[in-house]
Amino acid sequence: MNVTRELDHAAEDRWVTILGPETRWLDFRLGELWRYRDLVALFVRRDFLAQYKQTILGPAWHVIQPLLTTVTFTIVFGRIARIPTDSLPPFLFYFAGYVIWSYFATTLTKVSSTFIANASMFGKVYFPRMAIPVSISISSMIAFGIQFALFLAFLVYFRFRGSPVDPNAWMLAAPIVVLLMGALGLGFGIIVSSLTTRYRDLSNLVTFGVQLLMYATPIVYPLSEVPDGYRLLVLLNPMSSLVEAFRFGFLGAGTVSFGHLAYSFVFTLVILICGVLLFNRVERNFMDTV
Amino acid sequence: MSVIRVENVSKQYRLGMIGAGTLREDLQRWWHRTRNDAEPWKVGDVAGAGNGTGDRIWALRDVDFRIETGEVVGLVGENGAGKSTLLKILSRITMPTQGRIELHGRVGSLLEVGTGFHPELTGRENVFLNGAILGMTRSEIQRKFDDIVEFSGVQRFMDTPVKRYSSGMRVRLAFAIAAHLEPEILLVDEVLAVGDAAFQKRCLGKLDEVSKEGRTVIFVSHHMSAIASLCKRAILLKDGQVVMDGPAAETIDRYLSSNPSSGPRYGEVRFANASEDEPFQLLAVRTRSIEGDIRADFKSQEPVVVEFEFKLRRPMPFLKIGFELHALTGGLVFQTFHNDREELLTETGRDAHILQAVIPADLLNGGIYHIHPCATIHGRGWLLRDVEGPAINVLFDVPNPDYVVLGRPGEIAPLLVWQAPTARE
Repeated sequence: MNVTRELDHAAEDRWVTILGPETRWLDFRLGELWRYRDLVALFVRRDFLAQYKQTILGPAWHVIQPLLTTVTFTIVFGRIARIPTDSLPPFLFYFAGYVIWSYFATTLTKVSSTFIANASMFGKVYFPRMAIPVSISISSMIAFGIQFALFLAFLVYFRFRGSPVDPNAWMLAAPIVVLLMGALGLGFGIIVSSLTTRYRDLSNLVTFGVQLLMYATPIVYPLSEVPDGYRLLVLLNPMSSLVEAFRFGFLGAGTVSFGHLAYSFVFTLVILICGVLLFNRVERNFMDTV
Repeated sequence: MSVIRVENVSKQYRLGMIGAGTLREDLQRWWHRTRNDAEPWKVGDVAGAGNGTGDRIWALRDVDFRIETGEVVGLVGENGAGKSTLLKILSRITMPTQGRIELHGRVGSLLEVGTGFHPELTGRENVFLNGAILGMTRSEIQRKFDDIVEFSGVQRFMDTPVKRYSSGMRVRLAFAIAAHLEPEILLVDEVLAVGDAAFQKRCLGKLDEVSKEGRTVIFVSHHMSAIASLCKRAILLKDGQVVMDGPAAETIDRYLSSNPSSGPRYGEVRFANASEDEPFQLLAVRTRSIEGDIRADFKSQEPVVVEFEFKLRRPMPFLKIGFELHALTGGLVFQTFHNDREELLTETGRDAHILQAVIPADLLNGGIYHIHPCATIHGRGWLLRDVEGPAINVLFDVPNPDYVVLGRPGEIAPLLVWQAPTARE
């Protein structure tokens, strides 16, 4: 008897919620998010199913998009502008860059509209709002996985044909590099989404800001081709060293340095922590302003 | 044990905080502050009306109450009294500006049915998604899936995208999901306002069930009959403050008597404002059962007696007294007058005349109807029209015990005479 009562009591205590105006700044509320993991999974599923219902090609779009972009890049930047590609086959060079970049870009763009796009739902029911950005990150990671598989297929094909590509041990760092890239997209995204609840202008800035940012990242050009005067500027961009490391691991050419990677790592961590704290603070009262 | 403790909760809104262009204002304010200038747009500054500190309103003020396990508490008050704000704070959609709230147990809020439904997904997929949004785990939904589908009555369409559903089907499915939510604390807003009469009845029935299972419910409604039948206790809010917290019947009385112009009134409505020298003066309209007691809740199988009490100071030729019956949706169901068959008013000058009209049994559908008394001089014009009289709440049923039917589509649901004629010889 006593035991059951104690258990009941424990179960009860788990669900005590205290609401008040005071905020604890350093509260990540990850436990709560974990309790809603099923919801996150269902959001991922929804995004995936809903995106391609009533389209003829369905998930094939995940493949068509990077292919067409890479072909365009190869023609415009490779053939016409003749930008060197660290002596790598231009197609693979652009493909690798685009795949990892689009992972970052889609995460950032989609996450940044979290509050605005879901305002009507947020106004009617509570769940940890972070479930939306997290599910978006997972969705775009799946899309990245598909594109990455395609990239690997091309890599094998090119290597088989004897192209000068040299996959090496840096490949093992790829999961971390990819995670950092996603975390950066998520971090920037939740910061923007938190700020858009107050400053709507930001949502306009995001779309073309991300486009411009691509040119500040060594996607269509290698870091080695950047003149000395601009190199530091490009390296201040935390994505730069990640893209270079990713390309170096699979293709065997690029500029990698532990110092640059450490900078990107710290940068990502700071952005992510600031983002989560800001987001959790905004979610408490954003319904009053949207 | 108190499952809900609300301690001195206040909520302040800033008017006009919505919209763009605030970045510039914020930057300017920050600039002025760092230079120690007078801050622009301070209290009373009209130029900065969009963001000034002068435009704050208290939606809730020092709200303080406790609710014990298993209580079903109604929240009543006019529009803008703070009911929805309180519900939003309790369901964590927004935070209080001051005060503290303690909630013991899982909170399920039903401020809307079908939140997060995705039109492209099938009914099945939406059951899982919506269930999870409402706070259920996947295994919980799996366990209840068959019940949900059966309750919704849209079994055949579970693999059809929800965008092909009629709005009625969508609401039924959504409510079926919500009804299977099993939180310790359930917060329900005016969900009864959507859907047909049958749906409303179903909501009420389910809420009643929930409360019998010992869960705690806070229920916001404008339907006083619903509050009266479901809740033992009710809290009356006015201008963001708790005006009364007590037994439901007394709180409703207080609410209705303090707000003669708002919300439907049940049973009896008195009219005191007509001038003394009008020849015709309506005093009251009430609804009675056939046995004579004043009532607002009727079964569709019993007649409703609509009673008029009025003064007729001198004879008025061609006077017609009657009423309009309006459905909850606002549609006119019918209009009727006292002398449709024969003149009943043959004398004048009495203190009070009484006329009774009988709405026959087996005519009305389930749901709420409003009675609007009216009076006219035939061919001349209205003396009285568009006046709110009492409302009645009809519980629909059919005599055949093999079927339980809670309502029918349509504003009325008469039981017609059906027969199977024997073959002629």
